[in-house]
Parts: sequence; structure tokens; C-alpha cells
Amino acid sequence: MSLSDADIATIWLTLQLASVVTILLLLIGTPIAWWLTRTQSWLKGPVSAVVALPLVLPPTVLGFYLLLAMGPSGVIGEITQSLGLGTLAFSFSGLVVASLIYSLPFVVQPIQNAMEAIGERPLEVAATLHASPWDRFFSVVLPLARPGFVTASILGFAHTVGEFGVVLMIGGNIPGETRVVSVAIYDHVESLAYSEAHGLAGAMIVFSFIVLMILYNSQRRGRAASMTFGARP
Amino acid sequence: MTGSHASSSPIEIRFNLALGEPATDAFTLDVDTTIAGQGITAIVGPSGSGKTTLLRCIAGLLHAQQGDCSVAGECWQRAGLFLATHKRPLGYVFQEASLLAHLTAQGNLDYAMKRAHRALPEGFADQVIEIMGIGALLSRMPHQLSGGERQRVAIARALLVAPSLLLMDEPLASLDTARKQEILPYLERLHETVQTPVLYVSHSMDEVARIADDVVVLDAGRIHTQGKLETVFSQLNLPLNKADETATIHTGRIVERDTQWHLSRLELADGQNIWTKDDGDKLGQDVRLRILARDVSLSLNDVSDTSILNRLRVQVTQIAADHDEAMALVQLTIGAVTSNEILIARITQRSVAHLDLKVGQVLWAQIKSVAVVR
Repeated sequence: MSLSDADIATIWLTLQLASVVTILLLLIGTPIAWWLTRTQSWLKGPVSAVVALPLVLPPTVLGFYLLLAMGPSGVIGEITQSLGLGTLAFSFSGLVVASLIYSLPFVVQPIQNAMEAIGERPLEVAATLHASPWDRFFSVVLPLARPGFVTASILGFAHTVGEFGVVLMIGGNIPGETRVVSVAIYDHVESLAYSEAHGLAGAMIVFSFIVLMILYNSQRRGRAASMTFGARP
Repeated sequence: MTGSHASSSPIEIRFNLALGEPATDAFTLDVDTTIAGQGITAIVGPSGSGKTTLLRCIAGLLHAQQGDCSVAGECWQRAGLFLATHKRPLGYVFQEASLLAHLTAQGNLDYAMKRAHRALPEGFADQVIEIMGIGALLSRMPHQLSGGERQRVAIARALLVAPSLLLMDEPLASLDTARKQEILPYLERLHETVQTPVLYVSHSMDEVARIADDVVVLDAGRIHTQGKLETVFSQLNLPLNKADETATIHTGRIVERDTQWHLSRLELADGQNIWTKDDGDKLGQDVRLRILARDVSLSLNDVSDTSILNRLRVQVTQIAADHDEAMALVQLTIGAVTSNEILIARITQRSVAHLDLKVGQVLWAQIKSVAVVR
């Protein structure tokens, strides 16, 4: 059950993809989560629904439309081509874009929940202490929502590592470029290389277990921390 | 910060704010007044009378559709202008503990000091920490502090942002009686040493009697009565929750200490004498007394064979019904009718009829207990 060089390259690519996607998602997801927490707009419902779509759609549906959009005559494809970037389909960048959409709810929702749990009072307190809205966001909202960010990072990372359908649809199976662990396992099984499949699949199980264990431990601590607010001891 | 209470510009406020559904549970705050720019002004009134709403309007946490507000010569709100809360040089102490949970007590104080509206005088922070008695608590997280300790840190934090006005919304309401007694002395020391004017919302007449200089009585969103603590408390028609808390406030000077019986003799402004338990206050010191109306009884003659120490000649100025229909409130002047010292007796309607009490009548008041509140 040893890992070949090709498999190690695949794992490395997967981790690269998940890291890039997680960092980008924290940057994109935080303002979305904050907007969803604070807005009174009628757009809150539609935006929440769009963010949550990947939770219910089969990855193949998402992958199919992304493939069309990224293709030479698709919306995204025309933009990237006019910028001289070619098309994103079957490239690492394309995988990143697809993963951003696919994993968005797993990042936005925990952050949004944590921000909503803060409530109005700490922000009012900070306002009476001469803190501007930006100041309040960085000095009160971000630190108090920290457990949500931990959860979001772990879920976003793990979910990107575990994706299969979307990758298969728009990434294909190019070694070193778009071949990630889940696709590689599928490949190994197809070619009846069960031993190699075991290596990667076993590694995935161990990885997933460790990630979830860290997540639940951090959530327990997060709850304890969030309970330090308010009147009771 | 110590010593002189420099007079500063008064606080002018006018708010008109409608909340809730107009048809069903509409509440309107309609206030137009001027409040002293120094000392502690208590805002009292029954639950739902708009005390907190008024404070939130002043802080800009609520936006009254129509309003003017200027503090310390600076306009915070008028037609076409609404300064955001964080731009108003105010301090706010919320009803329940409101320390930022991710910071230690020191971190909470630093949060305010870093953002202070003007440079804090040298040693001011140390002085505030000393007054509030929180020096030993600074390294603790909020959840490691008791309710009373958290509130003391919150009060110190509000002072360290160098406010022109300190707003306190029932800061002791979430605490039990023992904790309240623990905090009140700190508030009194604050009053003696810090010049910042304070608006202090409370429903506790006991707290107000101890710390307030002026009182604004709110009822159903409007100002019912406003004025000096002693004057407001001497009125019979205050819309207060607990009628048996009706009391009058008096300022007296200690002129004699009876060491044999551990009593002090106080002289009121118009020369009347009141005996009270000797609490160790020095001769010549001014103290504030609170006399509950339920502790005052009336008789037609001076009865000397009684255990009651304080028997004063009084004259009836007004008789009013109490919230309790069995009871009546009788307003009296101590000594001559021209005296400024007003006492209120809460007695039964039957006694009013039995003694045939009338305005102008001269009586003897027996005061069962006198509390030195400050």
C-alpha cells in the first residue's frame, strides 16, 4: 500500500488546490457573511439561496454549467480569452474557480452563524467607545467570530479535498495540472489497481477523521468562549 | 479631575420618537428639556416610561425622527445632522455586563484609552482604576469576574474614553442587593472626584437618593417632573412603581455627637434638629438623609412617652390619595409653613378622617427611622 511518485504529486496538487481555495474563500466569504448578517435588504433571501445552491445540487450539474461557461463560447470563457488567458476548462485555475463556487457555502455559513451569534450589543459597546464601523469590524467582529473562521477554514479545506464530480466535469485528469486525489482513486479502481487505490483512499479516511476531530474539538472550545458574553457567570 | 466642579454648558435635548405599531402598542417619546452640565442627574420612572429609550436617543444608538441634542456646547443632532454614536464624546454603561469577551479587563480599558476622545490627564487611568477598586482584577477575562466586578470595569472603561457625558442605564439592575451595596460606594466616590456630568437611569429610589443631584421623572414618554432631588422627592404625585418607597431627602450638618448613646444631632437648613445613629461622621460634616413616608406618623399632640426620638412640629400643606386606596400621603413642612424642609407621611385614610386632617393644620410628626444615605 505504498504511494507512487505520481500519487504523491497528486496529493501535493490536491493540498495546493485546497489551500488556495480556502484562502480565497475566507477573503470572499467574510464580506458576504458580514453582509448577510447585517443586511435588511430583500436580496438577503436570494443571495443566501445562491450561496447555498452547491449544498443541494449534484456536483455534475454544477460542473456541467461551469464547463459550458468556461468553454470558448461561454461567458467566463469569453472574458478570459479577451484577457489573453485562454480558457479555464481543464486547467488548475479552472479547478480553483469551480472549487470556490462549490465550497462557498461551507465557508460562508459558519462565519455567518458566528457573526450572528455576536449580536448587536458588542457593536453598540464598541461604538460608545469611539470605534468607527471599520474599527468595530476588525476589533470586535473578527475576534468574536473566530470560532466560525476556524470551522469555515477546516470545512472549506476538507470539502475541496473531497470534491470529485465537479473536478471530473471541468478538470479532467491531467497529471500535475488537474488530477486530484479523488479522481486518482477512481482511476486506480478503473484500472483494477486496488492496492494503489487503498493507499490513497486510506490516506483520505485518516485525513478526514483528523480534520473532523480538530473541528469538533475547536467547536467545543468555541462554544465555551462564546458563552463568556452576557450577564451570567 | 479632583476638586472643583467647573460649571460646563448644560445638556439640551429634544426628542420626538414613535416606536411600535401606531394602532396597538405605540410608544411615543416626547421630551424637550435642559439638564445640568454637571453632577449626577437621575432619570427615573415606571417600567416602559422611556428611560432607556431616552438614553439611547442621546447616545445616537436610536435615531429619533425629530430631535435636537447638544452636549458641552457641541451639537450631536439637529435637523439635517445626526452624529454617529462613535463620533459622540460619550461614555455608556449598559444594564448588563457588556465587557468585550475576547479581551481581559485591562484589554477592555485599553480599548477605551486607545480611542479616547481627548488626551487623558497624567495618572487619570490609575486614579479611575483605584476609585473603582479593580486593580487586582485587570489580568482576568470577563467570564472570570463576578457581576459586580464586571460592572465596575465597565464603568471604568466608560470613563477612560474621556467622555463629555456619561450615560448609565440601570448599571446595577442586573445585580443582587449585596452586589449593589458593593458598587454604590464606588459610584459615590466617582461623583466626588470626576467632573463628567452623568445621566443615571434607575428605577431604584434608594440608589437615586444616594447618588443623584437632580432628578428627571419620566412617565409614558414625557417628563412628569424635573428638578433638584430634594424638591422632586417632596412631591406627592410622582408616578413611581412602589408607593411605599415614597421618601423625602434632607441635607443636614452634624452639630453634636452624643458618645454615650451613639447618636448624632443634625441640623437641617432651616435650623430643625434630627437625631440619627452615629455612623462615625465628623462634626460639621454635611450628610444626606432619607426619610421614608411610611416611617412618619402623625399625632395631634407632642407625645413624649414614646420610644420615638425624632418628634417635629409640622404643618399640613397637602393631602393626596395614595396608589393604595387604604392609604393617604400627607405633605408637611417642618416648623413654620415658610420652611423649605418638606416631610411626607404615609398614613391610612382612616387616620386622616379620624384626626380630621386639613391643610394648614399644625401637628406633630414622629419619625421612626432616619437613614443617612450619604
